Amino acid sequence: MKERLQALKEEAVSKIEEASNVKEIQDIRVAYLGKKGPITEILRGMGKLPAEERPKMGQLGNEIRAIISDKLDEKMEQLEKAAVAEKLKKETIDVTMPGRPVQKGNHHPLTRVVEEIEDLFIGMGFSIAEGPEVETDYYNFEALNLPKNHPARDMQDSFYITEDILLRTHTSPMQARTMEKHEGKGPVKIIVPGRVYRRDTDDATHSHQFTQIEGLMVGENVRMSDLKGVLQTFAKEMFGQEREIRLRPSFFPFTEPSVEMDISCFNCGGEGCSVCKGTGWIEILGGGMVHPHVLEMSGFDSKKYTGFAFGMGPERIAMLKYGIEDIRNFYTNDVRFLKQFNRVNQ
Amino acid sequence: MLVSMRWLEQYVDLGNHTAEQLADLITKSGIEVETVESLNKGVKGVVVGHVVSCEQHPNADKLNLCKVDIGEEEPVQIICGAPNVAEGQKVAVAKVGAVLPGNFKIKKAKLRGEASNGMICSLQELGIESKLVQKEFADGIFVFPNDVEVGTDALEYLNLNDKVLELGLTPNRADCMNMLGVAYEVAAILKKEVNLPSPSVEHSDESAADYVSVSIENKEDNPYYGATIIKGVEVKASPLWLVNRLVSSGIRPINNIVDITNYVLLEYGQPLHAFDYDRLGSKEIVVRRAGDGEKIETLDDTERTLSSDHLVITNGKKPVAVAGVMGGADSEVYDGTQTILLEAAYFNGFVVRQASKDLNLRSDSSARFEKGIDRNRVHLAAKRAASLIVELAGGEVLEGPVEAGERTVEEKSVSVSVKRINRVLGTDISENTVAEIFDRLRFEYNNDNGTFSVLVPARRPDITIEEDLIEEVGRLYGYDNLPATFPYGEGTPGGLTDYQNKRRLVRRYMEGAGLYQVTTYSLTSPKKNAFFGEIGYNDITLSMPMSEERAVLRTSLVPHLLDVIEHNHNRQLDDVAIYETAKVFLTKQEKVSELPKEEEHISAAFTGLWQEHSWQKEKKPVDFFVAKGVIEGLVEELGLSDRISFQKAEKQNMHPGRTANVLLDEEEIGFVGQLHPEAQSEYDINETYLFELNLERLLTTNTEPLEYKSLPRFPSVTRDIALVVDEGTEAQAVLNIIEQAGGKLLAETRIFDLYQGEHMEEGKKSLAFSLRYYNPEHTLTEEEVKKAHDRVVDQLKQEIGASLRG
Ligand SMILES: [Zn+2]
Repeated sequence: MKERLQALKEEAVSKIEEASNVKEIQDIRVAYLGKKGPITEILRGMGKLPAEERPKMGQLGNEIRAIISDKLDEKMEQLEKAAVAEKLKKETIDVTMPGRPVQKGNHHPLTRVVEEIEDLFIGMGFSIAEGPEVETDYYNFEALNLPKNHPARDMQDSFYITEDILLRTHTSPMQARTMEKHEGKGPVKIIVPGRVYRRDTDDATHSHQFTQIEGLMVGENVRMSDLKGVLQTFAKEMFGQEREIRLRPSFFPFTEPSVEMDISCFNCGGEGCSVCKGTGWIEILGGGMVHPHVLEMSGFDSKKYTGFAFGMGPERIAMLKYGIEDIRNFYTNDVRFLKQFNRVNQ
Repeated sequence: MLVSMRWLEQYVDLGNHTAEQLADLITKSGIEVETVESLNKGVKGVVVGHVVSCEQHPNADKLNLCKVDIGEEEPVQIICGAPNVAEGQKVAVAKVGAVLPGNFKIKKAKLRGEASNGMICSLQELGIESKLVQKEFADGIFVFPNDVEVGTDALEYLNLNDKVLELGLTPNRADCMNMLGVAYEVAAILKKEVNLPSPSVEHSDESAADYVSVSIENKEDNPYYGATIIKGVEVKASPLWLVNRLVSSGIRPINNIVDITNYVLLEYGQPLHAFDYDRLGSKEIVVRRAGDGEKIETLDDTERTLSSDHLVITNGKKPVAVAGVMGGADSEVYDGTQTILLEAAYFNGFVVRQASKDLNLRSDSSARFEKGIDRNRVHLAAKRAASLIVELAGGEVLEGPVEAGERTVEEKSVSVSVKRINRVLGTDISENTVAEIFDRLRFEYNNDNGTFSVLVPARRPDITIEEDLIEEVGRLYGYDNLPATFPYGEGTPGGLTDYQNKRRLVRRYMEGAGLYQVTTYSLTSPKKNAFFGEIGYNDITLSMPMSEERAVLRTSLVPHLLDVIEHNHNRQLDDVAIYETAKVFLTKQEKVSELPKEEEHISAAFTGLWQEHSWQKEKKPVDFFVAKGVIEGLVEELGLSDRISFQKAEKQNMHPGRTANVLLDEEEIGFVGQLHPEAQSEYDINETYLFELNLERLLTTNTEPLEYKSLPRFPSVTRDIALVVDEGTEAQAVLNIIEQAGGKLLAETRIFDLYQGEHMEEGKKSLAFSLRYYNPEHTLTEEEVKKAHDRVVDQLKQEIGASLRG
């Protein structure tokens, strides 16, 4: 009996080893371990054995069952793994095929430049102020020390709607509007981005509509050296830490003294190239100390308060920064143009 | 303003500075030098030649065979086609091997069998602009005066080795619209002296007052008028030096009298006018406003109609000049002029500007009056011109001048303290340095313990207040020497407003949703403004538009977004999704007298494929629900989902079956829909979907604070229903009934199917909903769900006759 059991074991084990699929294993399990299987059959004949041998034989039977069962499990696992592997192999894809594009758009380059500048000045404690694009002659000119008939009005031919209402020619009217709101009390620290309009024929370098960013700071201790310091910080953050700045005297009716700021050319580093027209410097913005008439007209005591103001053109900055050759590109919105501004700068 | 280096040297010692170095210094101290131009346009090897003989070319009618002495052993033979070439002339000869502008090299040549060894040049051929060439040489070669030396550098005589600085003058620096002003500026920069001309005139015994009287009607228009009479002049060509000065300054030489007035205009900045005394037609000069409709024929042979806004010089009866702008043709100096009345006056800039603007006549003279001339230099300029006329045209100056008004004014005093200077500039400049700077500027001053009272010369009318002096000190001290500091004691937090923050969020959302931001023009055409028909607002029209396309302010962003779609479509870019946030301009006024309402809108346009992944065969074109989905996501971002609804609408130029108004709290704030196929073909673009919303309303509508809700603790139960309803029944109406009837237990309703067409009864459609029930108190019982769900089904049957399907 013992021998028969051993022989059954050998037979089962070799069949298990030969099995090549899950079905065969299941069949072997039923055939050897099932209620009608040979081991059960043999053990049923145990009644004929002497009483003292029965437990031994029972134990042996169980041991053999366990061995076969383990072998079955083991083989089953092997086969399952193989089946999975086979399945996965069939699922293999070409990972170099392009992925599904994620829908995404991006900022217009002007917004990109404007937000960058806004954030820079917000970091220096400035707020963002916005004002009307259709302005009164008073805020656009008179409150900025540009009375009617002032020759400097020729500098910026304007789009008038009526004698007193026009499209703002700069964002500077917000200087007066903001100061009025402060009712003669400082400090005032604002950045004013916005669209402005001038009578220019559109071409590669002129646009009848463009963007401007104005800055204004009025307080009891504001000095021209502060303007230099703030603009230096701006220039380095915006155009690179190695940039130098240079202030040149200039003229604007609403600032006195007035300056223009150049930065050392980021293309040639100051040696002279086509970007800087050989001078090594690139003009970036205009500014100066707020004219006392402007302070007084907006309700500030010009003996007590001083201020600085500056203005710049994001189109020009974007053109310089990215090498855009035609200002009209900003307004025609060719998607091949827009899509180029879809990533970080560095 | 063009400044010749050679001319400038007459007044200031320029040391060893090159034109470029000087330009840099001038720019840094306040006047931008825009260009440094070399008058020599690459010319080499041009000498003075003497035409020894000149005969007709044997084989060519129009050519001359010239023997020209160019200071070499033998005269050279040169063939010249110029009509004015003649024996005995001194001419400019480009020798063999010479180079003319444009790198044109002169070589030995043979013309119709005769050798030509060089070229006799016209001024144009030497690089002088045609508009600056005197009439007599305009169509031929240039002929030197006889006193030039044969064989020497011809360019030297023509001053073509000079360099010219072009100053870009800001309106405040009109003082540098003349050589003396530039000399003062350069002397201050270089710390040098200024050498002024000192004209002297000998008077004849005759008195000018016997020849003319002068009266001024209004002293405000014309504070001073001086008339100098010069008798016995000879009008002829100017000497070469004077011609050269004018040419280097961009003015064409005419004759000695006119050239001298122009020369003094350039030197002193004082516009002068020379009348032919004998042609004036009277013995008086009356300065007055013109009558409305009064006429004058000006020097340019054009009849001008004047108005009472214009100031004229009259002979007591009729105008003989438009003051400060242009003289009249009748009294113009000509070859036969013998007696001159030289006008040197100060006219008010406003009135000159008005005339120059109205008559569309800008002259070197009007430009200077407009920007302001040196009040105290007027009579000096007359003296300078008179002395030059005597020198170059002969004649005698009668005792005078005859004057009206005040010849000079007192100079004004402006004060500033060293303390204030340093306080404004943020510097530590010493009293001595300030004094030195005023000295360099040649400002007289009185220094009382650091407070400077400066007597501002009349040549600097731009200096009227303390700050103007601070600027003078600052710019000559040098802004490079200014420290870079940070403001102190003005700490403010800074940052964006809620509105600005939300707007940034909206932009990022739109871009995340797949749209590109665009920027388009605010000005548009009335036709585009009428895109949506009558909208209850009037066009805001520019008083002088540059074109019909940019004549009014836009009332909608849509038309220009369509322009962008069209631009891209024309370049085969057909899958485009764009948006813009910008203002529209709204007024109810017929004629604008108040600032219009400026309302910020957001608008988007979609065309072509929305999603595409070609190799996986996925192509999803844009449709109405893409556009609507973007809006739904947007309002969700803004916390307004529950307050937004869509309502079928009809709108001009929009598809009548595929357009909806967007409502916020039941109030219309915009629309979404498909561009009408007719409008689409008018634009010649593909199927396009659009929306435009009042962004300002969206961003200023406050929403409930964001509040956390506990995660569900009990399972929910989902029931699906498929309904058959009338085709015209809107899903929203069905949803409303379901939500109403479902009560508190109905947590969510989703539409998961819409079926129309085959297998459906005519005029019906099927809508399938998935209803999720949830009770936050306990696990739902079958009974609870059944009760709520039955209520829903009943209500649907009752209200819209819906029947359950399948
Ligand atoms: Zn460069």
